[in-house]
Amino acid sequence: MISLEWVKEYIDISDQDLVELARKITESGINVEKVITNHIDNLTIGEVVECVDHPDSDHLHVCQVNIGDKTTQIVCGAPNVRTGLKVIVALPGAVLPGDFEIKKSKIRGVESNGMICALYELGLEEKTEEAYNRGIEELKEDAPVGKDPIKYLGLDDTLYELDIHKHRNNDCYYHIGFAYEIGAILNRSVTLPEDNYSEVKDSIKDKFSLSVETEKCPYYLAKMVRNVKVGESPDFIKKRLIAAGMRPINNVVDISNYVMLEYGQPLHFFDKNKLGNKVLVRDAKEGEEVVTLDGNLRVLKSSDIVITDGVKPVCIAGVMGGENTEVDNNTTDILIEAAIFDPVSIRYTAANLDLRSEASIRYGKGLSYEYTDKALSRACYLLEKYAGAEILSDIVKHDKVDKTIQTVEFKAEDVNKLLGITISEDDMKVELGRLDFPYELKDGKFIVSIPKRRLDIDPNVNDIAEEIGRLYGYQNLVSTLPRVPIKRGDYIGDVKYKKQVSKRLRRLGLNETKTYTLVSPELAKMFKYEDKENVVLPNPMSVDKSVVRTTLIPSLLGVYDYNKKRKVKDIMLYEIAKTYDKEYTEDSKICGLMSGVYMSNGWSIKQKVDFYVVKGIVEDILDYMGFKNRYTFELGTCSDLHPGVSADIMLDRKKIGVIGKVHPTISKDDIYVFELSLQALMTKIKPIKYKEAPKYPAIEKDCAFILDKDITSGEVMNTIKRAAGRLLTDINVFDVYTGENVSSDKKSIAYKLTFMDPNRTLTDEEVMEVFNNVISKVEEVHKAELRDK
Amino acid sequence: MNEVEIRKELEQDRNSVNSLNELNDLKVKYLGKKGLITELNSEIKNVPNEEKKEFGMMVNSLRNDFNSFYEEKKKVLEEEILNEKLKSEAIDITLPSTKVISGAPNMLEELVEQVEEVFMSMGYDVVDGPEIELDKYNFEMLNIPKGHPARDAQDTFYIEGEEVLLRSQTSPVQVRTMLEGKGEKPVRIICPGKTYRRDDDDATHSHQFMQIEGLLVDKDISLSDLKGTLDVLFKKLFGEDTETRFHPSYYQFTEPSVEVDITCHKCKGQGCNICKNTGWITVVGAGVVHPNVLRMSGYDPEVWSGFAFGFGADRLTMLKYDINDCRAIYNTDLREAKAFDRKEAE
Repeated sequence: MISLEWVKEYIDISDQDLVELARKITESGINVEKVITNHIDNLTIGEVVECVDHPDSDHLHVCQVNIGDKTTQIVCGAPNVRTGLKVIVALPGAVLPGDFEIKKSKIRGVESNGMICALYELGLEEKTEEAYNRGIEELKEDAPVGKDPIKYLGLDDTLYELDIHKHRNNDCYYHIGFAYEIGAILNRSVTLPEDNYSEVKDSIKDKFSLSVETEKCPYYLAKMVRNVKVGESPDFIKKRLIAAGMRPINNVVDISNYVMLEYGQPLHFFDKNKLGNKVLVRDAKEGEEVVTLDGNLRVLKSSDIVITDGVKPVCIAGVMGGENTEVDNNTTDILIEAAIFDPVSIRYTAANLDLRSEASIRYGKGLSYEYTDKALSRACYLLEKYAGAEILSDIVKHDKVDKTIQTVEFKAEDVNKLLGITISEDDMKVELGRLDFPYELKDGKFIVSIPKRRLDIDPNVNDIAEEIGRLYGYQNLVSTLPRVPIKRGDYIGDVKYKKQVSKRLRRLGLNETKTYTLVSPELAKMFKYEDKENVVLPNPMSVDKSVVRTTLIPSLLGVYDYNKKRKVKDIMLYEIAKTYDKEYTEDSKICGLMSGVYMSNGWSIKQKVDFYVVKGIVEDILDYMGFKNRYTFELGTCSDLHPGVSADIMLDRKKIGVIGKVHPTISKDDIYVFELSLQALMTKIKPIKYKEAPKYPAIEKDCAFILDKDITSGEVMNTIKRAAGRLLTDINVFDVYTGENVSSDKKSIAYKLTFMDPNRTLTDEEVMEVFNNVISKVEEVHKAELRDK
Repeated sequence: MNEVEIRKELEQDRNSVNSLNELNDLKVKYLGKKGLITELNSEIKNVPNEEKKEFGMMVNSLRNDFNSFYEEKKKVLEEEILNEKLKSEAIDITLPSTKVISGAPNMLEELVEQVEEVFMSMGYDVVDGPEIELDKYNFEMLNIPKGHPARDAQDTFYIEGEEVLLRSQTSPVQVRTMLEGKGEKPVRIICPGKTYRRDDDDATHSHQFMQIEGLLVDKDISLSDLKGTLDVLFKKLFGEDTETRFHPSYYQFTEPSVEVDITCHKCKGQGCNICKNTGWITVVGAGVVHPNVLRMSGYDPEVWSGFAFGFGADRLTMLKYDINDCRAIYNTDLREAKAFDRKEAE
């Protein structure tokens, strides 16, 4: 939260429309989420002239309140309301934050014409439990009845609520940094606040020693002040703290917060007398304990940084001070710490302890040493002026900060090329001036020094281009297209195969689904037809989504259930997705689920999904992908499929998937599934070849065999093919029969054989010879009997 | 019978024929072996020589008259029969059809394919990579070292220590592609793919979602080129009147970084509930590829430059098709899915 009234101290913006300014700032990259003017209509200062208990409540009061032109009755529940108190009154018509409109009402039967308010109810203070317990705001006796209380409190301000991208989170989070940002936008200069103070002769060096034994503290400054008088802060400090959302406490604490909000540099004040003569900064010991200012015992880890008095911790560095050295009303001597700590370490500590303090937030974002000295001086100045402090001479210092100024060299053209704009060298000078970036110009080359306050800027031309670009205004960019060679893009690798199969499956009537890669351990165990172990997440969000699946079948069953519950009857689904095993081996799977009626008009044709429909789908995919005649179906081995209605799909004799009916113990519905490895289909295939249609007639022969029931058609077909030789060009089953005239352990299968020679007309005799050979072979090999001889 | 009598007879018979059979009977009656005309013709032997020619012509004309009557009548009768047949074959064309088999794309995939089409037409290849990734590719080589706060925003599912993870973005595909290019080949790809973050699933959050990222690395590539490119995409997706606008943003792997707004497709910039009355919707994060990222992947930033962009396909799908709950994408309610089994409007 940035107070514009405060910012005015560092930069002249008196001529600015603050809403328009917010728009400009947002356009240039610092997102002003909200412009808050805290004026509220129908708010007035009142005086409670009578306060009696509500007849029908144990905590409500009925108050007569003088609001200037009249006295009005208000029911108030605050414990601290009393006669003679000057208060803030919201009259009917006032709209408080949260769109809370005050109306005339009856509270337990007593008329109430408004509300007596606390600051948090006006949005001027955070709603904490402490604020809540304090009750309504008690104004001073001099508060003018009938006048605007916000103006009286000096809180009439415009506030910007910022939503800043991480990289600008440090320098735009404090008022001086924000003033620089406004300065860049308006091309105006920033004036830093006064920090000249006087020193007494005594030196801190005689009273205090510092050692730093951790690399996580590159910079540590300490200054000592004495004879401090703890008391109330001056009005301007109190008002500004309130505007920024902080509660004033006393002059000493307020000054440390005030400087932090000015320079972004957190300060820590130790009671010097409690602390002793020494500060040792080091890594914490594992399990080391300290009670922090909030009264909680904190157990530390070795990754934390602590400030110690040489023996025991007195502060968790950058996060929160210890109770043992806390400044209180009797404090006279103070040791001021202004330091830089490693941001990563502070973030870890704050997260581990679940302790997000104003300091840890700022340290966690990263701080520049640029303002550490300034902040320290400013604190001394304010303590001298508003707390009567005497400042000891000298500073105790640990300084391992790399102070090399980073520079970047570039030509105006480099920036133009990156942005696609054309700004001249002269304009570039103006822009760099606005940014307050020092530069030299030599032979058309800019050498720019990056100010330390801008931690986000790396020494390369892209970073400068970003700064120039955002001031130039991205809304002013024109649209161009890259000047690159013209070509047509393509799907590459597995994406291509996935798209091919996907489009084909849609044509075959299956609907594409997308399900989650992460499944429950129970689901992950189902339909495991491969010897694969699952990847299990060590820290899942929920058990439901804790295992990386190796098969998609269970997920598609989930989609089936979802649709069935919604009374969808014919369910045809597919998904193509990546799966992984424990070795992180990737395998994209093509999975299908089919149930219900495949093709129908509803009144005469009804092709229900059965094993053979699904088999047809799988065959179509394999044929389409170029594997005709290279695959077979072998008796299934997946235990979650019906043992008699399932198969392993083999390609070049290697198992590449499964097909079958879902086992009745898993679902009583007739559900058929298949799954294929996409990887297995990602091999080279032969190009399409034109083959002239045969010129010579084909001769067809039919035969039916009575066979033992356990002999498969596939076996018989293989025998036929082997016996028939090259003249046989096609073979089809045209009837399968069991029942009358065929004994119960037998079945009859009828085949239509097509014979053809591409180069001549076959004679009936030679076909008959082959045909008879086929019949005798089948009879011999399968103990079959030719039917209807 | 003589000519006059035959003609009189034919005149009567002509009107009594009602079927092809009767017609053929008539043919026998007149032209058969013992037909009236045949018999008349045999009389020629009794005609004096000088009249024979005339007699012959008379019989011929009689025969021709019969034949033309016969052909005409035959045609009429056959037509009647065909009409009768057609009438009897008529069906009720309002009865339901046999549904030709066809499946729908997933709604997310529908949008992804539209995006892919636009970019492929501009020469971008569509690439994917592993979903279980190394931290190195998912973060480090994108200028996000360990401990960097930018990692916090992408709450990642780690699998093995801090090294193996479920990718939180599809950017590792960009890194892998650049490494393959060895600092020599220009890169023009988009990478749509599944990504994972530690989010509780609700109407607007999903622990699994689809990201589409794009990367172009070539020579003299500018931020304006990025704007032009995204213009093409969004005009195609949301209509020719769609405008894009950049505003400054921050990502580790791009510098300068921008967020891209498009004019709200619903209200055309007038302000509505979808765009929260601003007329604009932020849809893309993008920028000029950070020189560190180029360098780490073997491209010299002095020679090469490029842009990268990324957006959530789920969110874009929701915007385009007015979907309020992102779980709709992953439920596949076939009653909803079927609407996508058609071509998109131009």
